[in-house]
Amino acid sequence: MTKTLPDLVPDAELNLPLERERTLNNGLTVIAIRRSAVPLVEVRLRIPFGRAPLAPATLLSQALLTGTGSMSSIDIAAELQAVGGSLAAGLDPDRLLISGNALADGLDRTLELLAGVLTGAAYPETEVATERERLGDHIQVALSQPGHLARVALLSRMYGAHPYAVQTPGPEEVRAVEPAALRELHADRVRPDGAVLVLVGDIDPEQAIDTAEKILGGWTGSAPDGTIPATPALETGPLLLVDRPGSVQSSLRIALPALTRTDPDYAALYLANLVFGGYFSSRWTENIREDKGYTYGSYSSIEHYVAGSALIAAAEVATEVTGPSLLETQYELGRIASLAPGEEELEQARRYALGALRLNMSTQAGLAGLASIYAGFGLRLDHLRDYSAALSAATREEVAAAAAKYLAPSRAVTVVLGDAERIEAQLAALTAVERSAA
Amino acid sequence: MAPRIKIPATKYPVERFTLGNGLRVVLSPDRSAPVVGVAVVYDVGIRSEPEGRTGFAHLFEHLMFQGSENLEKLAHFRHVQGAGGSFNGSTHLDYTDYFEVLPSGGLERALFLEADRMRGPRLTEENLRNQVDVVKEEIRVNVLNRPYGGFPWLKLPPVMFETFPNAHDGYGSFEDLESATVEDAQGFFDRYYACGNAVLSVAGDFDVAEATAMIERHFGDVPARPAPRLPDFFEPDLTAERRESYVDRIAPLPAVAGGWRVPDPIATFDDYLPFVVLAEVLTDGDASRLVERLVQRDRTATTLGGYIGFMGDEYQVRNPTALLLQAHLPPGGDADKVLRTIDEELDRLAADGLKPGELDRTQARMATRLLHGTDDVLGRALPMAVLELQRGRPELLNDLPKLISEVRAEQIVAAAATLRPERRASVEVIPGASA
Repeated sequence: MTKTLPDLVPDAELNLPLERERTLNNGLTVIAIRRSAVPLVEVRLRIPFGRAPLAPATLLSQALLTGTGSMSSIDIAAELQAVGGSLAAGLDPDRLLISGNALADGLDRTLELLAGVLTGAAYPETEVATERERLGDHIQVALSQPGHLARVALLSRMYGAHPYAVQTPGPEEVRAVEPAALRELHADRVRPDGAVLVLVGDIDPEQAIDTAEKILGGWTGSAPDGTIPATPALETGPLLLVDRPGSVQSSLRIALPALTRTDPDYAALYLANLVFGGYFSSRWTENIREDKGYTYGSYSSIEHYVAGSALIAAAEVATEVTGPSLLETQYELGRIASLAPGEEELEQARRYALGALRLNMSTQAGLAGLASIYAGFGLRLDHLRDYSAALSAATREEVAAAAAKYLAPSRAVTVVLGDAERIEAQLAALTAVERSAA
Repeated sequence: MAPRIKIPATKYPVERFTLGNGLRVVLSPDRSAPVVGVAVVYDVGIRSEPEGRTGFAHLFEHLMFQGSENLEKLAHFRHVQGAGGSFNGSTHLDYTDYFEVLPSGGLERALFLEADRMRGPRLTEENLRNQVDVVKEEIRVNVLNRPYGGFPWLKLPPVMFETFPNAHDGYGSFEDLESATVEDAQGFFDRYYACGNAVLSVAGDFDVAEATAMIERHFGDVPARPAPRLPDFFEPDLTAERRESYVDRIAPLPAVAGGWRVPDPIATFDDYLPFVVLAEVLTDGDASRLVERLVQRDRTATTLGGYIGFMGDEYQVRNPTALLLQAHLPPGGDADKVLRTIDEELDRLAADGLKPGELDRTQARMATRLLHGTDDVLGRALPMAVLELQRGRPELLNDLPKLISEVRAEQIVAAAATLRPERRASVEVIPGASA
């Protein structure tokens, strides 16, 4: 008995949530978005942090909530918890991001505690010493993780002398940072001018902005220009083989050039990447996982930083099939760069891209993340309308042209981390290999 | 002391019914976003796999994605993603779940796909060999090639438990995985993947009458097969402390995890819930007891976590299970000292009780985390399916924040008093990589 797959009901028009925005006198932009499904509020504060010194900035992100003139780290944590709240800070090469959530009734208290930290973080000696050791230990553990080591090698290979080349400090660099350096960095860079606060949840957006203005209005000042120069073009060269003796898998990483979100060809490139390796039903995954069983998962995505975008493809493959995995990867890149995608596979990727946008907008946390990331690039949620329209309109020819330009294997920068003794010959059969120690 | 914040609740509607073939259905409509989540859970997990077939429940989960009556290999993935959706499945100790989240227009397609594989997956030698390879790579990624792989969820059960169902490695040995056969898979499907042994749940943007009609249409003709008898995996509690250690050749720093048995999560839910709250009192955030003591004050631990259930699924696990504490230590850290300090803090809690506000704030944060989980359609569809499967009570998801807020200080103290060293099983990671 054969049964027929039911048709899809076409999507309704994209519906953006109620959103308000105001830039306060201190230069802080507040964006408030209503999604009232659960009585919570999501908080994202993005502070530009480009070119901040890496080790102190990383430690600052870990020690920011460890005390003010009037509160200990435990006081801050307990008071946040009392309104169902939690906040944490994280760093990337472009920004410091303080993120968390709380019960909606706890928004005022959460913002008061946040303001207390922004204007009065004390970086107490004892707490900083603790966080310094913890961070050093965490980095040491990261250095035993193949994914981290492969990324370190790839970034270095991609960016050379550019500030994006190194994104994690060494444990010894962290252990040398004194509290005074954190206080100085905080005074210099943790400033409202140019920062963006996103609030999403069961809130009245206008009222939430009033609240933020009242509570965060006393946070003042501007930071020196942290603009990062545009990323350099990728320089191709031999495959970089990073030795990790005893590794039972090889970490395959490929960087390719990419476009920024606002480029007219971005939607076409995004779709080309999906067809190649950007989702499970991609050629790459169907080939090296579902046909060959070389990997548990392969995935390619476009990563956006303020100073430039890049496409990164990643897979962990069995040591004994590292060469064959590279071969299939190069084949799939060559195929998408040389031949236009099929009509049906393009439509499938297009529907996936449009659906993923709706799924991402369906939760408070998804909206908050999206709004905060977009704000970092000067965009607002209404960009989703343009982007959806561009995804809907991209033609097969445009997708093929983007793939030919950006997914060509001749433009790839390739790094493989694994047991060099067991994989070097496999790789050298396919391409020139340059070996480095981990 | 600020007044205690009011703990809010969700009011997601819940409709339940059972099809003629015995399939239980839970519907929870909510039209706040144009997306739907569909989950099918089967009442079989790691604890039910046969001896000599470690990892089989998980391997079988992979085979459920390899085609079915009307679907070629790869079709499931393409149909879900081509509807704008995402999919996955996961294997737990007591159940296996399969799920999709899609724009609402894809609901009927998702139901079709789940019904088709409920009638029977395409079990072929080629697909089996392919997925054995994929699962081996999964184990390498998650266990063998990473520091602290399988710690503590695969490493502590064999210390704590005696019987095969509770103690064995649920990811499986390569030897067992490689010796799995198509006949094993067919037998496993026949025995456990009966519609009487499953729950279908749908949450999100749909009309109940329309969804009910779709469910009848697609699942109504799945042949009725009864559920197998639910096994009892009970084993007696420890009567003396158990300690083990192992060398992790990749890990650069030591770590330790300890576990204590807790009351039956289902038969004695009221006795169990205080342990769920206790785990948070001990470890949630910088103001929690053990983080304050071990991480901030003594600096004998770098990170600390506490939770119930080896897979962190405290409302979706059956007896026997455990409250777990795990700590990563600094270079040269002393696991024994960490365990002794934990004992000391538990004694202090049992003797002196909670501090003012300590329980209220923990309950408030737990409420936020629960509510946060339910904002996602799958964060409703999945737990409701399992709550129906294990308890016949999907609406419990709405009630949890309130039930947690009603746990009293004396119950926490009494729970803490049971976590004695002589009832504890622990496992220590000895770093094998140079620091």
